Amino acid sequence: MVPMDLAVKTEDLTRVFRLRKREGGREVLALDRVNLEVRRGELFGLLGPNGAGKTTLIKILATLLAPTSGRAFVAGVDVVENPAEVRRHINMVCGGETSGYGLLTVEENLWMFAQFYGIPSREARRRIGELLSLVGMADRAKTKVYHLSSGMRQKMNVVRGFLTDPEILFLDEPTLGLDVQTARTIRGFIRQWLREHPDRTILLTTHYMHEADELCDRVAIIDRGRILACAAPAALKKTLQREAVFRLYLEGLADAKAALDGMPGVRALAQQEEDGRLRVDLILSEEEVLVSVLSRLQAKGAKLAELRKEEPTLEDVFLALVGRRLSEEAP
Amino acid sequence: MTWQIRTFLRTVVGRAYPRFIGVWREKSWVIFDVFFPLLQVSAYVYIYRAIGAPPEFAGFAVLGGAMIAYWMNVLWSMASQLYWEKETGNLQLYLIAPTSRMAILLGMALGGLTATTVRAAGVILVGALLFRIPLRVGHGALFLGVFLLTLVALYGLGMLLSSVFLLWGREAWHLSNLFMEPVYLFSGFYFPVRALGFWVALVASVIPITLGLDALRQLLYPQLMERFRFLPVEAELGALAALAVLFLFLAHRGLRFFEELARREGRLTLRGQ
Repeated sequence: MVPMDLAVKTEDLTRVFRLRKREGGREVLALDRVNLEVRRGELFGLLGPNGAGKTTLIKILATLLAPTSGRAFVAGVDVVENPAEVRRHINMVCGGETSGYGLLTVEENLWMFAQFYGIPSREARRRIGELLSLVGMADRAKTKVYHLSSGMRQKMNVVRGFLTDPEILFLDEPTLGLDVQTARTIRGFIRQWLREHPDRTILLTTHYMHEADELCDRVAIIDRGRILACAAPAALKKTLQREAVFRLYLEGLADAKAALDGMPGVRALAQQEEDGRLRVDLILSEEEVLVSVLSRLQAKGAKLAELRKEEPTLEDVFLALVGRRLSEEAP
Repeated sequence: MTWQIRTFLRTVVGRAYPRFIGVWREKSWVIFDVFFPLLQVSAYVYIYRAIGAPPEFAGFAVLGGAMIAYWMNVLWSMASQLYWEKETGNLQLYLIAPTSRMAILLGMALGGLTATTVRAAGVILVGALLFRIPLRVGHGALFLGVFLLTLVALYGLGMLLSSVFLLWGREAWHLSNLFMEPVYLFSGFYFPVRALGFWVALVASVIPITLGLDALRQLLYPQLMERFRFLPVEAELGALAALAVLFLFLAHRGLRFFEELARREGRLTLRGQ
């Protein structure tokens, strides 16, 4: 029995994909015993790099994929035993979606999808008008979809997801690849919708840490199919409060990771080339370690161009947990 | 009316809509679906004229040319449609909707059928005027009945193939290519199927157009078809009804089976498969 206050609950949810023979025939563990609880009315974020298992989890919850083992409940209903009932409570929007028909207008496309949810035409048109206004597309209602830019198209898709007034909405990287302004509009729209519908639940996957930080009540950090941490963004960042987070810009050194390898007090390190300098993000167990770090780097030939003490971000939390940045591919 | 039935009906109308509207918004079908098929029909009409065949033979070819539009629609806009829907991302949105999959297929079928009827009518009208083909329907109601039953059975087959495509996307898509030309021949689109021999015609009857065309030709040209008919119209009507029920039943079961299998194998949303 799933408690009434939970919108989503998973128990040891596991999904293994078997690659085809020509792809090597091996098994890939996409989700590894995931246990998650999302409360009703919550905007819950799943933060992780590409390939972490976020979309696999969303697909299972949206009844598009069967788990290999474990169980998942959406609105208290088992997604494997009763997927038809689950579908009455959900909707989903994915980033980079090209759904709909180019020949139809924005309004017609949205009306068509509303029909699949049994929404009467008049009510559907009323909601479409309202929602398009909220995302600044009221003047595009009669535009054929193949004339829309990708940003506009994604806004239409977002409207499609909210149009059915779902109890639980899955947003899978909804701002993926969008320009800053469009992404901001979508985030603003999500916030406003939740303010007006406080009983609704959103499960958002993203690999943009600022998006998770800005929007989510709670965030789960996922990597290689495993949930590594789950708490409110502020609480996650608080876990690094004892540590010191620094950003260094170095000249004359190509690999700070090798230079500081095995050094006591260095909890995590990420580096990347930036404007001809080496940017190094450091998480140290305490501030005092910085002195010996700088000495070591100097001894290896590095010249310190800039040093900043940073407030911990979710990116730093991810770095501390995983040992690499969100944007870095898993080795 | 319960919520399920209302949603079923709304889904049918909603999914049929893009196809209805497509007829008016994309007029290129006049070239591709009327003019080009007429070229092929013309070739047969001129062959029949050159060998001094009765003028009804030209009617065989025009009727076959019109029915080709339906076969093409079933292959490319029914059977392989879910493959395209998967590629564009629509399929997953259909599948997470709390509606019947059969309603979606039915909407596709009704929309396609209506749009294709406009095209087929174009082929018959232009063909009949161009080649002055005698078209006299003696038994109007029976003719309409055979025609509609042929379409129900044909689109039932399309729905069945569509459910198969849910699992074997790209591979099954190649099958559509494979089905196209051979069916033109074995279903007797341009000549009475009896010419291929009884047993070949019998095997070809699994494609409902084979029986439908033969019955329609018998009703249009009863005297001439006395010599060329495959089976009596009543038998063909019965067989078409049986095929319609069988295909719709198999489509319903197949859709459920293949969707479940595809969900387990993770192939419902995997593009390029």
